[in-house]
Amino acid sequence: MPTSRLDGGGLRLAYDRRVVADGLTVAVPDRSFTVIIGPNACGKSTLLRALSRLLKPAAGSVLLDGEDIHRRPARVVARTLGLLPQSPITPDGIGVADLVARGRYPHQGLLRQWSRDDERIVAESMAATGVADLADRRVDELSGGQRQRVWLAMALAQQTPLLLLDEPTTYLDIAHQIEVLDLCARLHEEQGRTLVAVLHDLNHAARYATHLIAMRGGQVVAAGEPRQIVTADLVEEVFGLPCRVIADPETGTPLVVPAARARAGTVTR
Amino acid sequence: MRASGLAAAALALLAVAVLSIAVGAKPVPLSEVWHALLDRDAAEYAVVRQMRLPRTLLGLLAGTALGVAGAAMQALTRNPLADPGLLGINAGAAAAIATAALLFGVGGGTGQVWFALLGAAVVTVGVYAVGGGRSATPARLALAGAALNAALYSYVSAVMLLDSAGLERLRFWTVGSLASADTDTVRQVLPFIAVGLLVALAAARPLNALALGEDTAQALGARPALIRVVVIAAITLLCGAATAACGPIVFVGLIVPHLVRALTGPDLRWLLPYCGLLAPMLLLGSDVLGRVLGRPGELQVGIVTAVLGGPLFLWLVTRTTARP
Repeated sequence: MPTSRLDGGGLRLAYDRRVVADGLTVAVPDRSFTVIIGPNACGKSTLLRALSRLLKPAAGSVLLDGEDIHRRPARVVARTLGLLPQSPITPDGIGVADLVARGRYPHQGLLRQWSRDDERIVAESMAATGVADLADRRVDELSGGQRQRVWLAMALAQQTPLLLLDEPTTYLDIAHQIEVLDLCARLHEEQGRTLVAVLHDLNHAARYATHLIAMRGGQVVAAGEPRQIVTADLVEEVFGLPCRVIADPETGTPLVVPAARARAGTVTR
Repeated sequence: MRASGLAAAALALLAVAVLSIAVGAKPVPLSEVWHALLDRDAAEYAVVRQMRLPRTLLGLLAGTALGVAGAAMQALTRNPLADPGLLGINAGAAAAIATAALLFGVGGGTGQVWFALLGAAVVTVGVYAVGGGRSATPARLALAGAALNAALYSYVSAVMLLDSAGLERLRFWTVGSLASADTDTVRQVLPFIAVGLLVALAAARPLNALALGEDTAQALGARPALIRVVVIAAITLLCGAATAACGPIVFVGLIVPHLVRALTGPDLRWLLPYCGLLAPMLLLGSDVLGRVLGRPGELQVGIVTAVLGGPLFLWLVTRTTARP
């Protein structure tokens, strides 16, 4: 069994009285690129909120390094665990470097102000996401893909070994989706960070994840390496979608091809 | 760049303050201002020490308070057109003072400051409760504030109508004026404004985190609920004290942060200090202008800021909405 710094057991996740998941148990393997998938309203984003302590479980607990994440000081958690929410707010007129610099928040205090270390880490984060050239631009002037890379740089500047991403490719066109996912894969490989992302696209998940968590109706249906768990049966069980699973000609990872609608005149196998 | 700009702003503010001491019904030559401030035997010593100096100091204090409170409020509500009037805080202070004047005949003095703070605090808590408590969104908060604001000003107007003769002083006060300032007024509001300013400045970095949204702020280790309570307390202190001393002055807390943001960007660590220097410049400048335009009497500073601020505000609104 791989070790896990972040895991949750016996989780009951609910908004007010509406229970989204009950008895949920998950573990994020260290140094993995974990992707959570599932149909709409399966509780995947809710799980991510619980893992990032934005949502307090009604029962059970999320453990970070073996300790209840809700009992640890917010600032201490924020130095270990970062989160890029689905729609963060870009302040009007903020510059790229200024936005990235705000990722240093948990490392600063009234007495520990901006330092050369902060300066260096901000520059490195912008270089890692390829936005160093944009440092003096305003964020609201950038394209959707550039903006998402700036936000990623902000999250990187937080310098957390664990980074959670809530649907980082939403609102992006296909080229920018791949650009952002390639970037995530590179950050995972080169910087040795543990990434956890919620993704909509099953094929993206199968291609980029090293560990896949498939959810349906608030439960984990399967978890493991995509090559081992992504089968036509699993996809049918999780999404209710008849399909074939073939090898991705580019990477050899599982590729889900939805079954064609039976049309008049076509021969069904 | 931003630091040298701050120094320039401080110098400009000093110049306006000197002007404020010099200009009035009995003008003091600029070269004599220093002399008149310090030399007991100077001809203008009494006028300057008893009237112009407190008036100038109060303008500085109230202007700084309104500017910083406005900037903090715009950051907190994520509404660039928010103003200390938006959450009904000034109106709450005004209503409490009007009530005190009507019922107990309290007018001026420390009593007035405490009533103003009480009114401001009650309204703030009320707006927060009506706006949804812990689940308050900026929009709901702003709506609740606007509704209470309108109701409270109607109430103040009604109180004025009830007893217009007895509330003559209050009538001037509701327009917003520095004219009645004396050393006591300055002493009464100074501690409240000083504490409010310190708290607001300390909250600049957490406010920066909160500006990225609740989720991001929490992910960064900030505590949105705590930040909100602390900043609202600071705003209440600043607005309550400023309103108690010189009435509900409009537009200063709205316009200045808006203009400054174009200069510094949205970083509160720069925005707040700049507003703290440029808002009193606008307030004192308007006061001086009122003394010049209204000769031989004077125009209340609240009228001048409204006349200057109204068109400026409209221009800002059209400019903001014209941009895609």
